[in-house]
Amino acid sequence: MATPATDAAKKPMDLLRFATAGSVDDGKSTLIGRLLYDSKSIFEDQIEAVERTSESRGDDYVDLSLLTDGLRSEREQGITIDVAYRYFATPTRKFIIADTPGHIQYTRNMVTGASTADLGLVLVDARNGLTEQSRRHAVLLSLLRVPHLVLCVNKMDLVGYDQEIFKKIHAEFTSFATKLNIPDLQIIPISALAGDNVVNRSENMDWYEGPSLMHHLEHVHVASDRDMIDVRFPVQYVVRPKSDEHHDYRGYAGRVAGGVLKKGDEVVVLPSGMTSKIAGIDLFDTEVDQAFPPMSVTVRLEDDVDVSRGDMIARVNNAPTPTQDIDAMVCWMTTAPLKPRQKLAIKHTTRTGRVLVKDIQYRLDINTLHRDQEAGELGLNEIGRVQLRVTVPLLADPYSKNRTTGSFILIDEATGVTVGAGMING
Amino acid sequence: MAEPDTVATHADYQLSQLDQLEAESIHIFREVAAEFEKPVLMFSGGKDSIVMLRLAEKAFYPAKIPFPIMQIDTGLDFPEVIETRDRWVNRLGVKLVVASIDDAIANGIVVDDGKTSRNRLQIGTLLNAIEENGFTAAFGGGRRDEEKARAKERVYSHRDEFGQWDPKNQRPELWSLYNGRLHAGEHMRIFPISNWTELDVWDYIRREGIEIPSIYFAHQRRVFERDNMLMTETPLNPMREGEVASERTVRFRTCGDITLTGCVESTAATLDEIIDEISMARLTERGATRGDDRFSEAAMEDRKKEGYF
Repeated sequence: MATPATDAAKKPMDLLRFATAGSVDDGKSTLIGRLLYDSKSIFEDQIEAVERTSESRGDDYVDLSLLTDGLRSEREQGITIDVAYRYFATPTRKFIIADTPGHIQYTRNMVTGASTADLGLVLVDARNGLTEQSRRHAVLLSLLRVPHLVLCVNKMDLVGYDQEIFKKIHAEFTSFATKLNIPDLQIIPISALAGDNVVNRSENMDWYEGPSLMHHLEHVHVASDRDMIDVRFPVQYVVRPKSDEHHDYRGYAGRVAGGVLKKGDEVVVLPSGMTSKIAGIDLFDTEVDQAFPPMSVTVRLEDDVDVSRGDMIARVNNAPTPTQDIDAMVCWMTTAPLKPRQKLAIKHTTRTGRVLVKDIQYRLDINTLHRDQEAGELGLNEIGRVQLRVTVPLLADPYSKNRTTGSFILIDEATGVTVGAGMING
Repeated sequence: MAEPDTVATHADYQLSQLDQLEAESIHIFREVAAEFEKPVLMFSGGKDSIVMLRLAEKAFYPAKIPFPIMQIDTGLDFPEVIETRDRWVNRLGVKLVVASIDDAIANGIVVDDGKTSRNRLQIGTLLNAIEENGFTAAFGGGRRDEEKARAKERVYSHRDEFGQWDPKNQRPELWSLYNGRLHAGEHMRIFPISNWTELDVWDYIRREGIEIPSIYFAHQRRVFERDNMLMTETPLNPMREGEVASERTVRFRTCGDITLTGCVESTAATLDEIIDEISMARLTERGATRGDDRFSEAAMEDRKKEGYF
């Protein structure tokens, strides 16, 4: 058994993307500020700039949210407008935080931040317990199939590190979570301000036997969240050098969305249904034995079959059925409501087409999980179950099976703006 | 054939974070090449744009990079940077477009009032070059860890027909589904290395063993102090009263306009030493050595809104 130290030295650093949710009052900025500060990811000139601004505004303390609120209008209004990405690293892992604002446009921003997250971090104030907002955040993370959730019960210092208060919130949230899809849940009592259980285990809460937040973030196992069984390779770009040196080279470039591709595998190209074998997989100037998510590679086939952007390479007996009828949960992101009969553009993996909204089955109330079947339309920041008819067959999987081949965006054809995010049911 | 492949354990299928970043960036390059009519790669000669060139090389190999690269010639570029650029261009066989600020001034596209920095004159020169060449997508080497305004910028950053960025009206960007829709006259700025940090860029340069301009490594240079930065002694940047030049061992952390880009005292002469130094650094690269970002807390945001990267 190797010691952790030598282990860390040998293992290449991996990556964890997490989304944070909560309002300023929950101490989210303080927590992020502490994670960045304690991992030495904040530089002196950044701290000094924040100190200067805090002082000139007459704040009593250094407002760490100024570190993340980058835009002038945000600082002026004291609110966070948009998702901000922050970075820090420990010796074993690099972290990308999608920091999403708690109130303004929270659904749109949280859905955006959660779409790429491996883990979601929700904060509650120990004094207030679970609020409507914390439930909402958990619902959105579950809807986006973020596989790991951490609930931080913050400000434990302000309730005298009382175990009973933590136990009550713990029980309440655990019972609520059974209604959601949360494969992995960790609940941690912390004080972001005092540093309890953030990086180091707290001496003030010896009754808590779990990991500190940083320890959990460093060790949570995310590699197995990918679908390593079902081969899905959406073709992005056809590489044809047209040079003397590589005269006959024809490769299909893309990013593996699922499964493991190997040289010699029998594959099918969708939607045409033509079959061939993998002649080789190239990563720049080297041939690799296999490719798996999220690698970007170039696949060569043995036969001269017709393959272009938007096609998908899958295994002969394990391929999605091309379909033009889509049943999905859609998050609507613009002021003009989504209505039946509306036409929009769609982008799904590397495929684009047009869609007709056939039906809005129900609107989901993300506070109560109630399904309103009379809604008829979806307004800004609302989520509902929608039936779509697509002009081209999509090579899709249920979102619950594959977050890449199960997701799509909807685009307003007149403005070109992204107006909806969809997750395919099934 | 119905057998699912014998997937050993997931542990065998781990990608290091640098490989994951590379895969994401390559995905973005290919997406843009497939969906945009006329992309261009903005090349400053700095380490970030060299990493971009390397990623583009990998994305389309063994084909050549299917778009030109463009440099804004400020007339104040470090000669070492131009030399490195030319070696990369020759090796890759890629087309180079140079848009010169002096030409832009001569043609009345931008006005040199003697007070405006070359950095600001770059904006008009760049926008004009994009318009004249009909470029619909321009790759830039901006990273979100560089500066607060950049922390909120999309990978696909939409610019209106005036080349302006509207930070409050950005398109939501979900999963890895990028929306490249444009109206006539608009263009997109593309940031494939958004999620890289300064340290990632250096780690990647070391891993790939690629050439960067020599000014990044410790060397002897005659410098003088201005605004707590060490500036190069050069006729392009006359010294003011009280400023004294001396020879010191220095290196640059960023590559920009020679009159605005300061260096730091350093003996880091190898990539290993640079990476050690960066890991210990207490100042951001821009805060330490970029005069252009120091004027106000929102300096970068203001320039970005006007069309700077």
